[in-house]
Amino acid sequence: MSKPAEQIHSTDALDAIDRKIIMATQEGLPLTARPYHMLAEQLGLAPVELMRRLHSMQQKGIIRRIGAVPNHYALGYRGNGMSVWNVPDEKIMELGRRIGALDYVSHCYQRPRHLPTWPYNLFAMVHGRDREEVNDKVAAIAALLAEDDRGHEVLFSTRILKKTGLRIGS
Amino acid sequence: MNILDRAIINTLQDGFPICERPYAEVAKQLGTSEQTLLDRLQHLLDEGLLSRFGPMYHAERMGGALTLAAMRVPEWDFDVVSELVNSHPEVAHNYERDHALNMWFVLATETPERIDEVIATIEAQTGYPVYNMPKQHEFYIGLRFKA
Repeated sequence: MSKPAEQIHSTDALDAIDRKIIMATQEGLPLTARPYHMLAEQLGLAPVELMRRLHSMQQKGIIRRIGAVPNHYALGYRGNGMSVWNVPDEKIMELGRRIGALDYVSHCYQRPRHLPTWPYNLFAMVHGRDREEVNDKVAAIAALLAEDDRGHEVLFSTRILKKTGLRIGS
Repeated sequence: MNILDRAIINTLQDGFPICERPYAEVAKQLGTSEQTLLDRLQHLLDEGLLSRFGPMYHAERMGGALTLAAMRVPEWDFDVVSELVNSHPEVAHNYERDHALNMWFVLATETPERIDEVIATIEAQTGYPVYNMPKQHEFYIGLRFKA
């Protein structure tokens, strides 16, 4: 289900018109020759104004990018493992950048440990055709980390319990 | 999916121009026509090979908050807890994973403070601790899948 409009908060960077643009494009961009002109018309804006605002939101990082989100499962990436790593905190910036740059890693984040239950501070989503390929790639990351790998695991999802999609941000 | 479809998926993961005729511009790069690109894109969306095409917004920079949270739920109680967790509209995704921490969900809230409230509510409702793992640093969010 979609998130209601009021869930998008106004910040210094966003005004009411930006929020209208966000609401109008959350479902996607119109598949028509002049998509921004069509949106501008729907919103009662001049096309140049709409394009200027999109540029500006992209520059501020409010829009990560405009583009296609593939359904990785439909593309044959059936193996999707959440790899989690215990790496030295003082080296996490360098290590995170290296792992995040690997082409089979889609998301890479530093997250807090919860000792003693959870010693891992670096998360990397690893994708492959199947679990075996994911495990091979995780082994490659372990080799790359060498002695900075103080322990790791791969968690595969066994069931989707809920997936409404993030209307904002995802 | 043909060669052109693959090229479209791969190219459009890298971004899309903001100009009067953006599809025409991308079509030129791909060596096809604007209309063919529009038709193929519609097809890829209809077939579910693309889940979305458009701007991707950054929740936190819009004032909202996101976090990843995990729970250790005994098997006998799993379905009940799953239902309780999923009943919160702030829970966007929830996955069962093969680990002692076997329930992993993403919370998306209007404000950062609301994350703590929802977590406290889930802990009170279920009686199990929730491990909150907000991202402290994002190294890369590429979501590039070679088609």
